[in-house]
Amino acid sequence: MDALVELLQQEARLTTSEIADRLGRSEAEVKEMMGKLETDGTVLGYHAVIDNETLEETPVSALIEVKLTPERDGGFDKMARRIAKFSQVTNCYLMSGGYDLAVIVEGPDLRDVARFVSEKLSTLDGVISTATHFQLKVYKQNGFLAKDSREDERLPVTP
Amino acid sequence: MKPLEDRIADQVKQIPRSGIRDFFELVQGRDDVISLGVGEPDFSAPWHIREAAIYSLEKGHTSYTSNLGLLSLRESISRYVTGQFGVTYDPANEVLVTVGVSEALDLVCRALLNPGDEVIYHEPCYVSYSPSIALAYGVAVPVETRVEDEFVLKAEDVAAKITDRTRVILLNFPTNPTGAVEPVEELQKIADLAIEHDLIVVSDEIYCELLYDEETGMELGEHVSIASLPGMKERTILLHGFSKAFAMTGFRLGYACAPQILTEAMMKIHQYSMLCAPIMSQNAAIEALENGAEEVERMRRAYARRRNLVLKRFREMGIPCFSPGGAFYAFPDIRKFGLSSKDFAFRLLEEEDVAVVPGDAFGMAGEGCVRACYATSYEQLEIAMDRIEAFVSRLES
Repeated sequence: MDALVELLQQEARLTTSEIADRLGRSEAEVKEMMGKLETDGTVLGYHAVIDNETLEETPVSALIEVKLTPERDGGFDKMARRIAKFSQVTNCYLMSGGYDLAVIVEGPDLRDVARFVSEKLSTLDGVISTATHFQLKVYKQNGFLAKDSREDERLPVTP
Repeated sequence: MKPLEDRIADQVKQIPRSGIRDFFELVQGRDDVISLGVGEPDFSAPWHIREAAIYSLEKGHTSYTSNLGLLSLRESISRYVTGQFGVTYDPANEVLVTVGVSEALDLVCRALLNPGDEVIYHEPCYVSYSPSIALAYGVAVPVETRVEDEFVLKAEDVAAKITDRTRVILLNFPTNPTGAVEPVEELQKIADLAIEHDLIVVSDEIYCELLYDEETGMELGEHVSIASLPGMKERTILLHGFSKAFAMTGFRLGYACAPQILTEAMMKIHQYSMLCAPIMSQNAAIEALENGAEEVERMRRAYARRRNLVLKRFREMGIPCFSPGGAFYAFPDIRKFGLSSKDFAFRLLEEEDVAVVPGDAFGMAGEGCVRACYATSYEQLEIAMDRIEAFVSRLES
């Protein structure tokens, strides 16, 4: 199962038969394992890893530190889930340290993201403060280096 | 003046031209070749190891080290070897850091052999074994291993070659070029022979981290070193290095672990020929041993996936290919096409631009097979296998 998860993280586009070839299993076995991963919530989805900077209309992304007042029932969970539901929010994590939630927000431009923070996020009951950090450049995303290419320098035949 | 050819020592003259060399020149002249002819990983050394080498330079570590190698590296090696092989060597005097296993093998031969002493080793094998023995004035005594036995070395075949001049048995499991792994029972019988005839065993275990379980290949297979068998540590020289598992071929770093007297003998030669291994590589190697296990396993799983592809495709093409338990080579049996290994490899290169190494480059016992290295990206392998399929279906029609 771990081998399957590792492979999906690297190349989610493979067909089940291609996965079966790589993992030395039958296609039926792979289908069953994948079904299990999807139903138990291990695999949340499959997506392409995009370097936004290469798109014609580059969206804007920001990391927002959010401080919250914990609630008597459920601590931060209720607030966090509420925030995570906004479509602008691509990632949302509870953090240790100087703030509570790390929220990554994506929008078509700077103003759009700023508006979301000032009008939606910071006005929520329980949000004490926010600090917005705009992303300037991508070097690595989801385990992939931006525009990384390396020539094979090996000699063609070696012992 | 005498012709320069006459100035070359007999020992060197008698070494035949490498079959790999010929093939290399042929391949190099062509574009668009997918090469399954390499003997090294396609990965770069993991970044944390490269970074450690950079840091070592930044700190100005550019001097000689102890002849044996940095003590801190020998301590790391000792711990790693204990974990990996279950045998413990004293870092103070039982570990020698060398410039690759190749140097270690040369040292072993020169340290142990008197003219005419015989070394038994199994073929097909790595190309340097026979020349290294010959250059040390020893006599190379190959034992054939067979595709029918999945290239397992039979103790009875070893026994048949033992004479009163035999001094050393040289083993390499997992094997380059076949990927073969020696079953423990057979290894034990070879150990018994070594003890019975009072022979030294030299065990080149450079591929020992790259093992694949029998079921899917995705799990790590079990490795047993002959050094760990009862009564064997005192008569075994264990050779290992960083090239394959850590993808550090260009760092040129290996090591020999052996009882103190043997280590000292090898060190005597090493100190005058090499002085020490490069310090930058040694510092990188400490990082590799201390923090590299996860990356090694990640690369092993990548090889395992490619191995699955290559084995499946060869079988679908009707080319017999046993499941190699280790390394990153497949060694398919191409006899049914009625071509020699060389002709098969040359025509595959000419007609489909895929390079594999003819099996006879690794000794006559490799004739009838070719070595296909699967340490190449999955996408390239898929294209290569398509091309091989096109080639063999033409041969069959």
